[in-house]
Amino acid sequence: MAKLAIIQTLVNGSVYALLALGLSLIFGVGRLINMAHTAFFVVAAYILYYFTRQLGWGAAESIAITVVGIVILGALVYKLLINRVRQHAQAVLLITVALAMAFQELLYIGFGSFYRSVDPLIGGTVTVWGIIVPRQYLLVIGAVVAVLVILALLLSRTKTGISIRAVANDSEIANVLGINVARTLLITMCMATGLAAVAAVLVAPIWILYPPMWMHTLTIILVVVVLGGLGSIKGSIIGAFIIALVEQVVLISGISTHLVDTFVLLAMVIVLAVRPGGLFGIVLEEERL
Amino acid sequence: MLRRLLQSFRWGVLPVPGRVIALVFFVVLFLVPLVTVDRYILLVFIFSNIFVIFAVSWDVLSGYTGLVNFGHALFFGVGAYASALLYKYLGWQPGATIPLGAVAATLIGVITCWPALKLRGPYLSLLTLSFPLMLYGIVHAFPTVTGGPYGIWGIPVISESRVVEYYVVLIVMTVSVLIMWKLTDAGSKYIRTGLIFHAIREDEIAARASGINTIRYKVLAFAIGGFFAGIAGGLYAHVQMIAAPECLTMTMSFQAIIWVIFGGIVSIYGPVAGVYTLFPLLEFLRSIVGKYNNLILAVVVILVLLFMPQGVAVWIRDKIERECPRCKLSNVAWRKECRACGASLR
Repeated sequence: MAKLAIIQTLVNGSVYALLALGLSLIFGVGRLINMAHTAFFVVAAYILYYFTRQLGWGAAESIAITVVGIVILGALVYKLLINRVRQHAQAVLLITVALAMAFQELLYIGFGSFYRSVDPLIGGTVTVWGIIVPRQYLLVIGAVVAVLVILALLLSRTKTGISIRAVANDSEIANVLGINVARTLLITMCMATGLAAVAAVLVAPIWILYPPMWMHTLTIILVVVVLGGLGSIKGSIIGAFIIALVEQVVLISGISTHLVDTFVLLAMVIVLAVRPGGLFGIVLEEERL
Repeated sequence: MLRRLLQSFRWGVLPVPGRVIALVFFVVLFLVPLVTVDRYILLVFIFSNIFVIFAVSWDVLSGYTGLVNFGHALFFGVGAYASALLYKYLGWQPGATIPLGAVAATLIGVITCWPALKLRGPYLSLLTLSFPLMLYGIVHAFPTVTGGPYGIWGIPVISESRVVEYYVVLIVMTVSVLIMWKLTDAGSKYIRTGLIFHAIREDEIAARASGINTIRYKVLAFAIGGFFAGIAGGLYAHVQMIAAPECLTMTMSFQAIIWVIFGGIVSIYGPVAGVYTLFPLLEFLRSIVGKYNNLILAVVVILVLLFMPQGVAVWIRDKIERECPRCKLSNVAWRKECRACGASLR
């Protein structure tokens, strides 16, 4: 029981980390809260479902189409919608909520309100540590670690990564130094939605898909991001595993399953009451009071 | 007294088209049952009026003071559930349960202030988002008390007659909106809260440096927002005859925000216009296009935000009114000179 919970914590935690990272990235760079982030995730999962289940394509090309399609969708949404209202924080928020609702309704129209699932990329189980674990779980953990390493290298070694970090630090100075802030933001948005698509590809076989699942996932991801500190990548990853652990502890302790979310949110409230900036929050000089 | 009222009507209301529209709107609302007593149409109006209270209370709390609350459904839900529980366990009637439900929501508002006051910006928004969801879990976890996912049903209606119900809700709505409008009126000579709320939103440090106890006014904003949202919640429960967990969902919180920002934030007429455009429109669309109504609503919200980011009501007001550059008095847009000081408006 406890071992299974640990495996579940690792799997869910790595998926949450992947999703939270995207949200945290776009907040840190553009100070934008993208409420549609998990909606991109759900849309990606449904695209994968459409290609593998309804058209019967192979896994590799379906995954490629999903990731590329979602990145293009993210770029379009950024260019056509978010970029135009970037100056009004509330408008960004609302437009992304409306967008998520629109995605949800489109999925309802396209796929109905049934529960869906996707075949795992690799079937079968292995015995790890004395318990039987589906291979897909190990694939998820391995893939997330790989993506995180690639992302870290991208942010620290490449020129684009450095310009992203510069814009996150101070967009005005970055602009003065000759960094194209608008382009950097677009690239960040593409990366964030790409991460959401990768998370969807990994998790679609082990989670059950239904159109309004973006709301619950969004709550969890927001909790993770706030817990770790908005805009902090380290914080997002650690927060993701804390939240996944809290979920599993509540689940195996035998308290009502309805209270899982309550305890998760309570964990966030406690952290915020003690540290108002989250665990590793970045606080810039002019934003502090 | 009467003469002063008449005079302020003649010089304060008639020359400003926005105020004339607001007055005509309320008069028309009071005359609706003379035209139709169709139960469905009246129900749409009743729900619109309840949601007007809800949306305006969000605007007072979040628009005016800038404490952007993502979990306004908390107060709505507490109002609804408190009313229902008071009926279920004590057998009290709507006249007592709705005000007490609102008081409970106020208390909850003041309690949630405690962690919320330390935070600002997105942290505050996301913290407040969590409270109704926590309560949602608790409601589901104790089905013997709260009815679980089915809610507490069978609570009494305000009145058997739909028309009486309509007038009760309408009068409560009018009084609530008037009180909230007065409380947030920055130009008032007697009530300072409006000016102070504006000051807190624009620059809290400066407000504190001017000797305003900003903490006290933020708590007050939470209490006002909680109280009126609680009234709306209690009315909603008694009209629907059920207090259901749907009152506590994220959708409910965001609906209020959508209405307010659609109509125009930091204005009392904005949320009123927002609710009265979107809610009947949604009901109307449901009967015509069926399942596409939510999609159309989302697209309309996106388009409005793209082309009128300040909100529809504010956009219309700017088209039909113009502020005098010298004395800051509102004028009809087609006047060439200010009606009071004669300064040129072009």
